[in-house]
Amino acid sequence: MNAVVFGATKGIGRAVARELAERGDRLFLLGRHHDDLQRSATDLDVRCGRSAVAGSAACDLSDPATFAPALSAAKTALGEIDIIVVTAGEFGTQAALEADLPRAHALLAANFTNTVVFCEEARRYLLPRGGTLCVFSSVAGERGRKPVILYGAAKAGLTRYLEGLDHKFRSAGLKVVCVKPGFVKTSMTAGLKPPPFASTPEQVARIAVKAINRGTPVVYAPGIWRLVMLVIRLLPRGVMRKIVF
Amino acid sequence: MTRLSGWGGMSAPAVERLSEDLEQITIGAALTRGLGRSYGDSSLPPPDNPTVAASPLADRLLAFDEHTGDLRAEAGYSMRDLMHRFLPRGWATPVTPGTQFVTLGGMVAADVHGKNHHKDGTIGRHIQNLRVRVGTGAVVTCSPSVEPELFWATVGGMGLTGHILEVTVRLVRVPSPWIIGFSRRIGDIDEFMVALKQAASEWPYTVGWLDCLSRGPHMGRGVLIAGRWATRDEAPAGFPKPPIKLAVPFVCPSWVMGHFVGRIVNEVIYRVHRKTAKLKIMNPEPFFYPLDAIANWNRLYGRRGFTQYQCVLPDSAGPDAVRNLMARLTKSGGASFLCVIKDCGDEGHGLLSWPRRGVSIALDMPVRDNTQQLVDDLNEFVVAHGGRVYLAKDAYTRPEHFRAMEPRLAAFEAVRRRWDPNGTIRSAQSIRLFGDRP
Repeated sequence: MNAVVFGATKGIGRAVARELAERGDRLFLLGRHHDDLQRSATDLDVRCGRSAVAGSAACDLSDPATFAPALSAAKTALGEIDIIVVTAGEFGTQAALEADLPRAHALLAANFTNTVVFCEEARRYLLPRGGTLCVFSSVAGERGRKPVILYGAAKAGLTRYLEGLDHKFRSAGLKVVCVKPGFVKTSMTAGLKPPPFASTPEQVARIAVKAINRGTPVVYAPGIWRLVMLVIRLLPRGVMRKIVF
Repeated sequence: MTRLSGWGGMSAPAVERLSEDLEQITIGAALTRGLGRSYGDSSLPPPDNPTVAASPLADRLLAFDEHTGDLRAEAGYSMRDLMHRFLPRGWATPVTPGTQFVTLGGMVAADVHGKNHHKDGTIGRHIQNLRVRVGTGAVVTCSPSVEPELFWATVGGMGLTGHILEVTVRLVRVPSPWIIGFSRRIGDIDEFMVALKQAASEWPYTVGWLDCLSRGPHMGRGVLIAGRWATRDEAPAGFPKPPIKLAVPFVCPSWVMGHFVGRIVNEVIYRVHRKTAKLKIMNPEPFFYPLDAIANWNRLYGRRGFTQYQCVLPDSAGPDAVRNLMARLTKSGGASFLCVIKDCGDEGHGLLSWPRRGVSIALDMPVRDNTQQLVDDLNEFVVAHGGRVYLAKDAYTRPEHFRAMEPRLAAFEAVRRRWDPNGTIRSAQSIRLFGDRP
């Protein structure tokens, strides 16, 4: 399989790229910085003992003008694209975002508008011959919750977009996989106290790759979050107003 | 501010910087910390600058030379990943400590040794190159031939000469991914010394487990374990399966590691081993890392935690010294389950490299009211016999004892000051033992 990973140099994206490379896929890496991408490409090649990475291109979630050239470079390097994974995203605590409106604006734009624009571009490469678009949303989008109002709102929008994409294009051969991780211990969440069921990028990557194989439209990572979020969704508004979760 | 803990449970307030970009997060940090397996306060920051750069996300491989075995990686790369990735390709680490949950950077900082110390020395002997952010903020590449002073101060320097960013280690070719080895009972400490010496001449990997709760004629009884990599003909087809992992889900009450349970466990371990050696094929994981089978085993020791006392007694101290140390240990009753004996080979080139030719004894002790007194007594003995304690394990040694054990300290400090004139890189341990400003 030929796979493009957007956000491949860090966190969950790094773990997904490693998982895909180890099972034999050829990769094209997208990320913000050229040097960092080179370093990650070398890492994947050395790990697998073969040339696993076909190339890389700079692509910045905050700058939609970079999307089309990056995907075009991926197509040129790989020939055909079977899988596109999007792990890129921003994070900020509710307190930090409330205190800094420009930052909140940038996060909302990156995690919703620009991610959707990237997916719109990406599906053009996958639709003609069928393929998988795997995008990382979050359990934060399941319910309006006090600690993640802004981040969660962007992820809720993204989840709905991916749902609609799946409904419309599944029969045409585009498999959309929406991954909803809970708290993952990465540099993005550094400094925050890990809640129960916190997981590692490696655990989440394994679940995501399994979902890509099966074409599962929605997957929670780890699976326990499906149950937790079921309960959270059922809680009455009066309770949600009282609890801090 | 959160708290960071050593493996034994000692903790300090800390601001942990966690990022893939180790080069960035080490700027202005007091210390770099890997997977937090040092037992005492080596990876805890000083109170006035609690910033700790956490290296585990900096885990990329940068180059591998199939001819020489030279592997260059970011300092947060773990031994666990190294063994999983390279054993199937016919390569292994030249030296490994007793846990695979260590980073390359941490291994260099502690200049770790393993079951093959008598033959292959510490990890420092196999390090080709280091990239270090020194105290002035500059990033320096050093090796045995380039900036050798900085290199040999960093090997075993407990991270105090600078933040280790990248490591080049020379892997060794192994004939198969399996171990062939044996274990057999040993009756007492005298027999142990002889058996270890004899096994060392025949086997690359040797170690002894001691029942340090048995007294009298059985004092120092235990189990001798030895092994080597299996040849292709001996090895079974296929790759060893990962062993079953257990976990300690919560911090246990302190009686769990009390004397009574300790006696039972020690007796059982002793009895399940054969009197005579029988060779068997083994998975390298339980052979090298028996304790890794139980995640968070440190929680067994309860809220107060535990400490490990590990010292080396030089050959010049004579065999009586080991026997007398054992007598003190068993009499004190402070010891518990794990007591390990190992004959060490020649001293490494690292300015503070711990092992030296002689006998190493390591034992876990639950923290009690008398722990400080116990460590003081043992240290008095070790100082009198020309031995020294292992900093990666230590939490209780007093500075006067440490200075008496380390005539090499002045040379180390001179190099350290040259690269860090303002003394920016420090740890809770360096304040306790090296006389750094608090």
